[in-house]
Amino acid sequence: MNLLLLIGAPLLTAVAVLFSRNKQQVKWISLLGSIIQIILAFALLFAFRQERAENNSAQMLFEQNHKLFDSLNINFHFGVDGISVAMILLTSLVVVAGVLVSWNIEKMTKEFYFLLLLLGLGAYGFFISLDLFILFFFLEISVIPKYLLIGIWGSGKKEYSANKLALMLMGGSALILVGMLGLYFTAGHSFDILALSKTDIPVNIQNLLFPLLFVGFGVFTALFPLHTWVPDGHSSAPTAGSMFLAGISMKLGGYGCLRIATYLLPEGAKEYADIIIILSAIAILYGAFATMMQKDLKYINAYSSVSHVGFSLLGIGMLTQTAITGALMQMVSHGLMTALFFAVIGMVYDRTHTRMVGEMGGLMKVMPFISTVFFIVGLCSLGLPGFSGFVAEMTVFMGSWENTDAFHRIATIAAAMSIVVTAVYILRATGQTMMGPVKNESHLQLKDAAWNEKLAAIILVAGILAIGIAPGWLNDLLRPAAEEIMNRIDGK
Amino acid sequence: MKSELAVTAIIFLLLFIKIGKGMKNESLLSLVQVLLLLNFIAGFFFNKTGNLFGDMFYTTPLIAFQKNILSLAVYLISLLCSDWLKKTGHLPEFFMLMLSALLGMFLMISSSNLLIFYLSLELATIPVAAMANFDLEKKRSSEGAMKMILSSAFSSGILLFGISLLYGATGTISFPEITAQLDGSSVQILAFIFIVTAFAFKLSIVPFHLWTADVYEGSPMAVTSFLSVVSKGSVAFIFITVLYKMFQPMQDMWYTLLVILAIATMVIGNLFALRQQNIKRFLAFSSIAQVGFILVGISSNDYMGITAVVYFVLIYVFSNLAAFGVAAVIAEHTGKENIDDYKGLYKTNPFLSWILALALFSLAGVPPTAGFFGKLFLLTAGGAKAAYWFILVAALNMIISLYYYLRVVRAMFMDKNDNPVEPIKVSPVVKLALVICGAGIILIGLLSWIFEYIKTLH
Repeated sequence: MNLLLLIGAPLLTAVAVLFSRNKQQVKWISLLGSIIQIILAFALLFAFRQERAENNSAQMLFEQNHKLFDSLNINFHFGVDGISVAMILLTSLVVVAGVLVSWNIEKMTKEFYFLLLLLGLGAYGFFISLDLFILFFFLEISVIPKYLLIGIWGSGKKEYSANKLALMLMGGSALILVGMLGLYFTAGHSFDILALSKTDIPVNIQNLLFPLLFVGFGVFTALFPLHTWVPDGHSSAPTAGSMFLAGISMKLGGYGCLRIATYLLPEGAKEYADIIIILSAIAILYGAFATMMQKDLKYINAYSSVSHVGFSLLGIGMLTQTAITGALMQMVSHGLMTALFFAVIGMVYDRTHTRMVGEMGGLMKVMPFISTVFFIVGLCSLGLPGFSGFVAEMTVFMGSWENTDAFHRIATIAAAMSIVVTAVYILRATGQTMMGPVKNESHLQLKDAAWNEKLAAIILVAGILAIGIAPGWLNDLLRPAAEEIMNRIDGK
Repeated sequence: MKSELAVTAIIFLLLFIKIGKGMKNESLLSLVQVLLLLNFIAGFFFNKTGNLFGDMFYTTPLIAFQKNILSLAVYLISLLCSDWLKKTGHLPEFFMLMLSALLGMFLMISSSNLLIFYLSLELATIPVAAMANFDLEKKRSSEGAMKMILSSAFSSGILLFGISLLYGATGTISFPEITAQLDGSSVQILAFIFIVTAFAFKLSIVPFHLWTADVYEGSPMAVTSFLSVVSKGSVAFIFITVLYKMFQPMQDMWYTLLVILAIATMVIGNLFALRQQNIKRFLAFSSIAQVGFILVGISSNDYMGITAVVYFVLIYVFSNLAAFGVAAVIAEHTGKENIDDYKGLYKTNPFLSWILALALFSLAGVPPTAGFFGKLFLLTAGGAKAAYWFILVAALNMIISLYYYLRVVRAMFMDKNDNPVEPIKVSPVVKLALVICGAGIILIGLLSWIFEYIKTLH
């Protein structure tokens, strides 16, 4: 399969949106484009499995290499392994759900969809890039759309949040940039990830560059204590913006932490693994406790995202194959779950015009569909078996337990305790908003989900269940890729 | 020599028109625009390499390309500011001055001898000071011109002093012969410092930047954009030649100097830009910061440095001219020059807002605009000496700069305004120029052969 299609489809859609005449055209073109993206993503999945079934054991499949800045050795080098395929699948699901959820945007519809599609384009490009420079290019492409989406269509203190997000993410990029140039010069002028993974980089340089790259990507994925843009950014963004931010953009960071920082600089990873574990354990617990205090549904999900993303970083820090597989599963699972959560919160907010838990109640009677989805996503978030969250977190814990020393054990136990806290805040939030008597009489007139909202929810719920009930296929995708990374870490 | 002759021909033509019957402003402007376009296109053909006047003047494909960038910038300025130019009372004089300055820059880039270098630098500076005074009824304009002429005279004095010391120390004024004589004696170091100081004045490198903001603010928009793009670009080109060729034996010294100057320039330029209200002053400080980034690239002392700087200046021409162009249109139609006046601009003038936003993103170095590639290649060039902390400082400066560029974007797209700029009907010529700039900003980065082409020019 030609990977350029994955960039071409969103690009063409975005350009078509730019030239469309009215709002209806904009919406339908975006929907059509995002459905094409889903089809491409699934085609990629099947083609990938087909190749693997035929014992094509190359690390990257469907590789393409086009010269770009030849004299600097910068190339359009594309290729996918299991991790990329899973992430692309996640991206395509979130994109289509985001497009559907934003169906009723009235203000500057064309610009909204254009930026949304651009954001998706950045993610696709990022996940298929095998050249650091191009990867960085796609990573940065998404910063400005995020800024504008929050600043123009957001709510609350949107300008502040948009600024904070853009500056913090740019700060992360600055660190990545320096680390990237460091790699480029030490490895003899190459940005190619596969070539870099085969060069021996001196240990002292690894120890210098690893923090730059890990922290840089860590900012994107809410590495504690650089997570502060997450609550503000998520809560101020419009619904689809939050979905993209939490569902896709935060995964860019996690992917980078693993694929770039850990994979290319294994000695550095070993050196700093303990710090990563401590920071992510703090993030997991702190995020969970901070969520308990929140009254705004969006803040609840934003802080719980900090906690959940902590599990992926914890898995990376554990440096075992199972833990890394679990970390990747957690990224996919969290992406779907949190996108769905924001979508549902958006639906509730559109109807009740409040996001405060205390002002709602008994919504189950009024809008059964939305409330059911709310329940499902809550249960997934607290890690109930049968949903994706359980599978992912369980894998992380199992992988963490493979480290037998006291430090790793304590960190694992501490992280596992957060599940109790999660259960508390999830059950409380769901109980107060969905159950009991209807607090506000005017809520009785509210309508249940429209077709577009139902479709968006069903797509994401299907994803969550597909992982939760039959995690085998995802495991098959991720585990060989994780093994490749572990081989490099173990020096094989 | 061809490009110099072409520019001289246009100057003489304007002179004859002026002495003769004269023409209407509109038709004269169109004529000049066409001539400048032809001049730009002609720049790509029949470029010979070689020396003239006993090795005082030389040219290479790279120099021809640099001249083309400058010609392009002048052409774009003549389009972008056509609204203002039509109204001005002394159109032929304005273009005569501007083209004389351009001629001076051409000679300066090609110079291989301190004498012709100094003469052409003066030719490139004095007309600009006269141009800065062109808003005849505005006091600020004369003030800016006065500041400009005083500071240029001062820097010329310093330059002359440096040249005389260097002549005293080496006994020659030809670049290659000086290089052979350099041994790092204290007189030579003193001369070197004076000469670099003069360059710092012209490039408005911190701490010699103080004239910049006032002159930019006072001058008419056409002159401001000429100063910030064409003057800066040409001086940056010759600065590279002087450092890389003439002062090559002193490279350790000027590397340290450049690192210090680059950091100071980026930091101060950025910090001052944070608080500016007037769009011209804002762009003045932002252009100071941009020069800091150019210095990062220059510090690499290899061919990558030259390529990256030329490439960056090319991108900078498009980005900065687009920003100044939009500011000029708004200032010309409404007289508003403050960033606060731009609030709510998107509602009334989406086209202008998008162009300005693109330009600012490019200046900030955010993809997919070309500025991203330009900045990144400058940093790549500067990183070749493995001074990662230096790159880190530069990269952190990109964040500060993003903050203030976003301030303008935020004003245009997000802030509410009860009294926004009314919808402006942009004339077709200006629109064409803005579209060219916008296309340049997007395409130059993605069309990688442009960079490769510059790299092949030696």
